[in-house]
Amino acid sequence: MEVRVVNVRKEFERFPALHDVSLDIRSGELIALLGPSGSGKTTLLRLIAGLERPTKGAIFFGDEDASQKSIQERNVGFVFQHYALFRHMTVADNIGFGLKVRHGAARPSGQEIRRRALELLDLVQLSGLEKRYPAQLSGGQRQRVALARAMAIEPKVLLLDEPFGALDAQVRRELRRWLREIHDRTGHTTVFVTHDQEEALELADRVVVMSQGRIEQVGTADDIYDTPNSPFVYSFIGESSSLPVKVENGEVWIADRPIGLSAPHAPSGEAVLHFRPHDVDLVDGCSGCIAGTVAASRRVAGTRRVELEIGGERQRVEIELPVDHPAAQKSRVAFRPRRWKLFPAT
Amino acid sequence: MADPEIKSYEPHHESQSAAVTESRPVKAVLMAFAFAFLAVFLLLPLIVVFHEALAKGAGAYTEALSSPDTRSAIRLTLLVAAISVPLNVVFGISAAWAIAKFEFKGKAFLTTLIDLPFSVSPVISGLVYVLLFGAQGLLGAWLKAHGIVILFAVPGIVLATIFVTFPFVARELIPLMQEQGNGDEEAALSLGASGWQAFWYVTLPNVKWGLLYGVLLCNARAMGEFGAVSVVSGHIRGLTNTMPLHVEILYNEYNAVGAFAVASLLAGLALVTLVLKTLLEMRYGAELAAARGH
Repeated sequence: MEVRVVNVRKEFERFPALHDVSLDIRSGELIALLGPSGSGKTTLLRLIAGLERPTKGAIFFGDEDASQKSIQERNVGFVFQHYALFRHMTVADNIGFGLKVRHGAARPSGQEIRRRALELLDLVQLSGLEKRYPAQLSGGQRQRVALARAMAIEPKVLLLDEPFGALDAQVRRELRRWLREIHDRTGHTTVFVTHDQEEALELADRVVVMSQGRIEQVGTADDIYDTPNSPFVYSFIGESSSLPVKVENGEVWIADRPIGLSAPHAPSGEAVLHFRPHDVDLVDGCSGCIAGTVAASRRVAGTRRVELEIGGERQRVEIELPVDHPAAQKSRVAFRPRRWKLFPAT
Repeated sequence: MADPEIKSYEPHHESQSAAVTESRPVKAVLMAFAFAFLAVFLLLPLIVVFHEALAKGAGAYTEALSSPDTRSAIRLTLLVAAISVPLNVVFGISAAWAIAKFEFKGKAFLTTLIDLPFSVSPVISGLVYVLLFGAQGLLGAWLKAHGIVILFAVPGIVLATIFVTFPFVARELIPLMQEQGNGDEEAALSLGASGWQAFWYVTLPNVKWGLLYGVLLCNARAMGEFGAVSVVSGHIRGLTNTMPLHVEILYNEYNAVGAFAVASLLAGLALVTLVLKTLLEMRYGAELAAARGH
């Protein structure tokens, strides 16, 4: 099911949580809403689910306007951050709940409900635990029961709120791979919320980066990582370094020296240069490059991070060097960013 | 996939550190004092009640209990409890639902109002009804004109009982529901349940032990209430005498066996309530812990 969010605004008691957000989710897609807390990602998810109503705008499921439909009518599978499993029901009863509350002919027989519950339990690899109660399960098992419960109603869309937020790192990684497998097998259109960029980039077909109630960028992991379109995305996704620069006649300058980057379309004036610390070319000598004095250096996994002091104003930037690079304290290093972007100075 | 060990929610008691443990004699004195106090002020009176009730033998005891007036008092007490407890269950659940799950203006005020019967003397509660429904009262003339009798009759007793017992269920449920939040209900709705189904299958089972606990306390108070009921009852034998009022009348008539026989029933009710309450606490302590605000 294709989901379209059109110009949605949401206010909580006059406080805007989302400003005019639009988003197209393709059918069968696994999409991540990524952002820091307070960015509006959970609000957007709850709006799609029907747990909240938009202040303005509309949400379409396929061609149908779902905005005024109740959550029951929307037929979405929602997995809550803390799972919200019914503690007094067994695992099988939890999974079968959505079928049990149906009316009339839509309601399967008790036997059929049980059969479906066991089938889903098998899908989430928890066969044999149907008689357990939620309190008798580990966090990862509860997460999987919650997903099975949401899938039992054959939802049009699966929505997951911080699905791995409450789990420890090891279980998270396993469940991430497992969720991808389930998605590929069942083909549900799936939206999940996360504040963990690694999770979003690794798991999702496309990532929606959000900040302060707005969508900053939508794209594949490669798009988002390699060509961030705002300073926020640069700093929120992965590592980034920034330097205040000046643009004159299509050339980028630091203080009184051009640094060998040309920006023919950038307006002249103050700007901020953003680049990834690992995305740099080291150069010898310096005509048209950025040069700085090594102020600090530390070992990070397979590389070395050095902090350079640039120019008279001693701006600090971080770049990555090979471990065997001879840069020591107080030596000078010159480099030129390979991939970079200019944003207007704020 | 290897799952980490199964976690359970058993409450575990941390062993006390030596630093805060008193010496043996101090412990012994404290415990002896507590037990002695309870023995004198609680256990002894209880024994006296049963002793006096059975002072003239089991025959006199059953005879005292089978007198028509006593039987009528027992029937009335059961009737009053049978009306006021269910009403307070409905009220308690609605009030707790409203307070725990919604945000609205006047919420703090409503919470305070619910506690009012705890802070007002029961006699005052009774008097308020006299002022409201009595012959000289605010609504007295209108009621008389329409032939409705409230004061010095069963309706007045029921109203007074409802007033003094309405905090019990609500007070148990509010903290419990607040702690549980809306998550489970939202999950039920997202799975297609109607509001009523969500309440019936999810909310109610989530609070059932707290509710039962509240009902027990409410019932004990409804059957044992003296002050408020005494003011509005009129003490008409065989008609408007509840068990506590009947005990007083019998005692004032120097009918010790009769008085204590009825009292022994009330004491028995208290004991049963206490045992059930203890069982509930033992079995569902963790769930009730949230509700132990008072």
